[in-house]
Amino acid sequence: MSLELRGITKRFGALTANDSIDLKVEAGEIHAILGENGAGKSTLMNIVYGLLSPDEGSISVDGKVININSPLDALAAGIGMVHQHFMLIPVFTVAENIVLGHEQVKGPGFLDLETARKEIARVSAEFNFDVDPDALVEDLPVGIQQRVEIIRALIYDAKVLILDEPTAVLTPQETDELLKNMKKLRDKGAAIVFITHKLREVREAADKITIIRRGKVVGTASPTASQEELASLMVGRPVSLDVDKAAPQLGEVLLTVDQLNIHDHTGRALVKGVSFELRAGEVLAVAGVQGNGQSELAEAMVGLQEHVDGKITLAGVDITRSTVREALHSGIAFIPESREEDGLISSFSIEENLILDLHDLPPFANGPVISQSVVAENASKRVTEFDIRAQSAKDAASSLSGGNKQKVVLARELSRPVKLVVASQPTRGLDVGSIEFVHERIIAERDSGRGVLLFSTELDEVVALADRIAVMYRGEFIAIVPADTSREELGLLMAGVKR
Amino acid sequence: MSTTEIRSLSAPERRRRRGIITMGVLGLFALALFALMPKEGQPVTYSFVLGNEWVLIKEWIINSKTGSLIFAAIALASVVLAALQFRARKTIRFASSIFGVSFLMSFLCWAAAGKFIPFTGLLQGGLLLSVPLIFGAMAGVLSERSGVINIAIEGQLLAGAFVSGVLASLLHSNWLGLLFAPIAGALISLLLAVFAIKYGIDQVVLGFVLNVLVIGLTNFLYKKLLIPYQDTWNAATAFTPIEIPLLSKIPLIGPIFFSQSIIVYLMYVVVTIIHISLFKTKWGLRTRAVGEHPTAAESVGIDVNKIRFKNVLIAGAVAGLGGAFFTLGAVGSFSKEMTAGKGFIALAALIFGRWSPLGAVAAALIFGFADNLQGLLTITGTPIPSEFMLMAPYIATIIAVSGFVGRVRAPAADGVAYKRGGGSH
Amino acid sequence: MKNLLKKLTLPVLAFSMALFVSGLLVAFSDSQVLALKGKPLSMIAKAFSTAGGAYWALFRGSIFDPSLAEKSFIQGFYPLSETLVAASPLILTGLSVALAFRAGLFNIGAQGQFIAGAIGASWVGFTFEMPVVIHAIAAIAAAMLFAGIYGGVVGLLKARTGAHEVIVTIMLNYVAGYFLLWLLSTTAFLRPGRQDPLAPEVKTTARLPHLFGSELRANLGFIIALLVAAGVWWLLQRSTWGFRFRAVGANAAASRTAGISVGRTTTTVMFIAGALSGLAGAVQILGSEPAMTAGVGGSFGFDAITVALLGRATPIGTVFAALLFGALRAGGLTMQASTETPLDLVLVIQALVVLFIAAPALIKAIFRLKSVDAGQTVASKGWNG
Repeated sequence: MSLELRGITKRFGALTANDSIDLKVEAGEIHAILGENGAGKSTLMNIVYGLLSPDEGSISVDGKVININSPLDALAAGIGMVHQHFMLIPVFTVAENIVLGHEQVKGPGFLDLETARKEIARVSAEFNFDVDPDALVEDLPVGIQQRVEIIRALIYDAKVLILDEPTAVLTPQETDELLKNMKKLRDKGAAIVFITHKLREVREAADKITIIRRGKVVGTASPTASQEELASLMVGRPVSLDVDKAAPQLGEVLLTVDQLNIHDHTGRALVKGVSFELRAGEVLAVAGVQGNGQSELAEAMVGLQEHVDGKITLAGVDITRSTVREALHSGIAFIPESREEDGLISSFSIEENLILDLHDLPPFANGPVISQSVVAENASKRVTEFDIRAQSAKDAASSLSGGNKQKVVLARELSRPVKLVVASQPTRGLDVGSIEFVHERIIAERDSGRGVLLFSTELDEVVALADRIAVMYRGEFIAIVPADTSREELGLLMAGVKR
Repeated sequence: MSTTEIRSLSAPERRRRRGIITMGVLGLFALALFALMPKEGQPVTYSFVLGNEWVLIKEWIINSKTGSLIFAAIALASVVLAALQFRARKTIRFASSIFGVSFLMSFLCWAAAGKFIPFTGLLQGGLLLSVPLIFGAMAGVLSERSGVINIAIEGQLLAGAFVSGVLASLLHSNWLGLLFAPIAGALISLLLAVFAIKYGIDQVVLGFVLNVLVIGLTNFLYKKLLIPYQDTWNAATAFTPIEIPLLSKIPLIGPIFFSQSIIVYLMYVVVTIIHISLFKTKWGLRTRAVGEHPTAAESVGIDVNKIRFKNVLIAGAVAGLGGAFFTLGAVGSFSKEMTAGKGFIALAALIFGRWSPLGAVAAALIFGFADNLQGLLTITGTPIPSEFMLMAPYIATIIAVSGFVGRVRAPAADGVAYKRGGGSH
Repeated sequence: MKNLLKKLTLPVLAFSMALFVSGLLVAFSDSQVLALKGKPLSMIAKAFSTAGGAYWALFRGSIFDPSLAEKSFIQGFYPLSETLVAASPLILTGLSVALAFRAGLFNIGAQGQFIAGAIGASWVGFTFEMPVVIHAIAAIAAAMLFAGIYGGVVGLLKARTGAHEVIVTIMLNYVAGYFLLWLLSTTAFLRPGRQDPLAPEVKTTARLPHLFGSELRANLGFIIALLVAAGVWWLLQRSTWGFRFRAVGANAAASRTAGISVGRTTTTVMFIAGALSGLAGAVQILGSEPAMTAGVGGSFGFDAITVALLGRATPIGTVFAALLFGALRAGGLTMQASTETPLDLVLVIQALVVLFIAAPALIKAIFRLKSVDAGQTVASKGWNG
């Protein structure tokens, strides 16, 4: 079965997310759609899958134009999708999730899960997936959850399978496994659309590559193209893939974490017995697959976690029981994982977002009164320093692009007297230009003698920035290794394999 | 690096422990206040016969001090049982229900010292008072499980009461009145559905405004038409109870459950259907899916807003039917604001019952029983002011949502409007 | 100017729509109109005159009554004075709800907080002997403290346990109602020689002075309400507290991450919101209803929600919305007395106004407008927010 898109255009207000995109995917090939964050890949695939309607253009399957108004139409046309954010209901079992939307019934509408269980067993056996149909999805690791999505697509006989950034949540070894399975499916005649921004994976698995930049198709490439070629096509200019940095100038021990445990409110352990030291002038990167306790550990550094025991010492001061405010004022800059949810107040102006932390202290506040002029002055200074591209600092933060939002967060957090920078997924979802800015800034902080604790699920980022790497697995620091450790070894550690 | 497995109690366990401690304190309190404090006991008479059921025991007379003492002792014993089962990591539900019943009985022996308690009648009245609560809570389950907050239960009940009473009077047929009650409730729901789902208006605000609208409308029409033209507009009479052969003869159970009006029997049917459908059918699976994660449901081809729309309409119909209980199930004629906040207690029962049909029914029964007990004790006279008894369900609900009874978790997408392609996940 | 016009389009259209729909209700529930079933033209004419009569009475009862003006011109404004009397507590409870809204909290508890305030003001007002001014201030302080605590508890419970404020405030309204009922049966609060629930009148030293002579009931309470509205505006827009309130309301997670204590903010907001509703109770008791009854709360707390919604949760909008609803309240009484149109029509109008306001899309569709300034829409969050 082949899938063809002609002239697909999608606008969101003033933004053209997809601009007259043409694409043809044949049966029996893996067709990679390569583009940086925000290029419009996900929008395009959501259109193909019926979650969004295009403003212009047509979709045809096997040469016949079809109307896709809902996922139901897509599924009927043999198009299946594995979503970047899994479309699974956490409180349902695997089987319930798989039958949802295609329920078999017996008698007066009673659910029949037996057939689904058998089908799950069949597909699991074929691809060596170890999936229990009666497990609750919320109890499963992300890697297994992704398999549930793949199983679902296969059970419904998808001939075209779209995988949207499928490797983001996987270890390198799991990624290899997934790529192998994709090839297996291709060999059985499926057309596979592989959406990604990771060059290495494209070169390894793709048969054809289409590159999208700012909503437009800018070219095609063959898998034999070099990483540099692909990168410059993707970004539109030559990109250096390495971060320039000198050897670290190590200072005193800045941060000591001793036997830290974190529980959630049901008493489940999220972080177990983590201990480490961080020196001034060093980047310690915490690598690992998402959901292994990194988010919670990062939050615990600034008092955002409730059930914490152990000890955190910053420059000789015990901050384990500090409030967030105390932790921030003791010299921590905190870049939260989700800038939309935790970093910014999107309905507030840029000015206001820049003083969230200091709004009630001089010079911004004079007693209980906020001084509007000082706030405006501060904003204009930060906007220049951090190159925040905005029409006016009085505009709402929601009007900014992702990269500029992150710059607002950086500007706010780095403007206090800072000893330690805790950055959680600081480049997630950013375009390459912004990624470079953030990386340079992080290295600049390190070089000016601050300590950096970086949490990242992107192995490339970890390798590029780290002076030492800690690998986190199921809430533990499974190892702390030098920055030049091989990817393969890091991958094994991320999967919990200790040597 | 070694793993230090910290053996600490999980939150549910801590909560259960807190529950046991609370029960222990309450038990001792009962022992001291109800059984030991009063200087001398007086006889309490419990009567068990209500109608023409088979007689097992007619009356039971017990000294109030002795009674309180016995039941306080049983309550304390059940606390011990609960503690043992907690140790054995078993559920303590059974022990806590025993505790609840015996604590109440201990209280009753004390409060009714020297009085006559029609025991069967007390329970029967409790069931009756909980009927509209149960219907209302079911309306909440239907709508909120699919992700639409239903604060308008009060309005739906009131609309059902008004329309059923008026139409039964105008058309001289209770059955026709009963038929239109769900339609009235569904009409209110239609407004809720259109504004909340189509226009995406905040559901709490909306439900609130709809209540005001229904109260205003019914009050207006009541004064304008029902009072001046009472003989034609407001002269309905209540349904007579139907005794189920044999079943109604069972002592205690019979008069309580099987000698009721048609609306109560309809309630049994509604609750059973909702409970089974929600967990065992295709409809139930889809309902829960759109209430938990609408984007995921959409991605497998389910029309989220259509399901929500339907469910909200059915919810209104169920509440409307419950509204008919105020008129046709009880007194026949309609009176101003006769639902008197029962819709909000139904909402409380829904939350107390953690959005599960049977949990909500249990909570509604407890609230109904407390309400009836309060009424009875006000008449017979007790040491506790009736206003405080009236407050009890509300305070119990506050305690429940404050996490003492467990962390109450609503369906994840409850109250969040869904727009295609703009999903929040 | 053009901007203001655009801002007013929606409320004005919504209000007109509400009056139109309610007019239909008045006309077609009238027996004389219904009697003309066979003759459509005279039926429509009669319908118009019935609804028109009701609305004319509504106006006479709320702004200016020519028949009263015949005696003395100032008397003609008796209805306007009644509007101010009805609006004063509405402004305050409306501000209470609006303030909480801005902090992301839906305060349905204005009713209970109003009662708590009325209890405080009444108790201080009839129990103690104090000099003028001081007595009033003491009564107001007690009202605000009681009600502030009653509201603050909600915030505290939310902060500590996550208990949803909508549920807790609904429940506390009932608790307050029953508590008041019980209080009025105790010797401390029951007026000597009475059986029905009625408290003693507050002493004259604690009363709020009338504004336009003793014949018109408009009193200092209205001025207090306006000043408080200005104060709330300042609090929200200029102060560090207000900054936190708005921050937490707009995004609690981001506020927490930036070091703002969400729990403390929530508790503070609910305390202030409670105190504002309590002040409304005090204004009612000290200004126009010196003897507290079980029904003292009326529907002030619930009207407050419609007021805040209509006023888009801004202080100035709330003042105007409260004046409008105050006028409806005051005029509704005249309408009921002179045209046999029940007062409850006012509730219907209120509900419809808010419904239309909340759905700009609907108004746009009805009037085929290209754009209306929907302003800030007020939204609470689901149960899990």
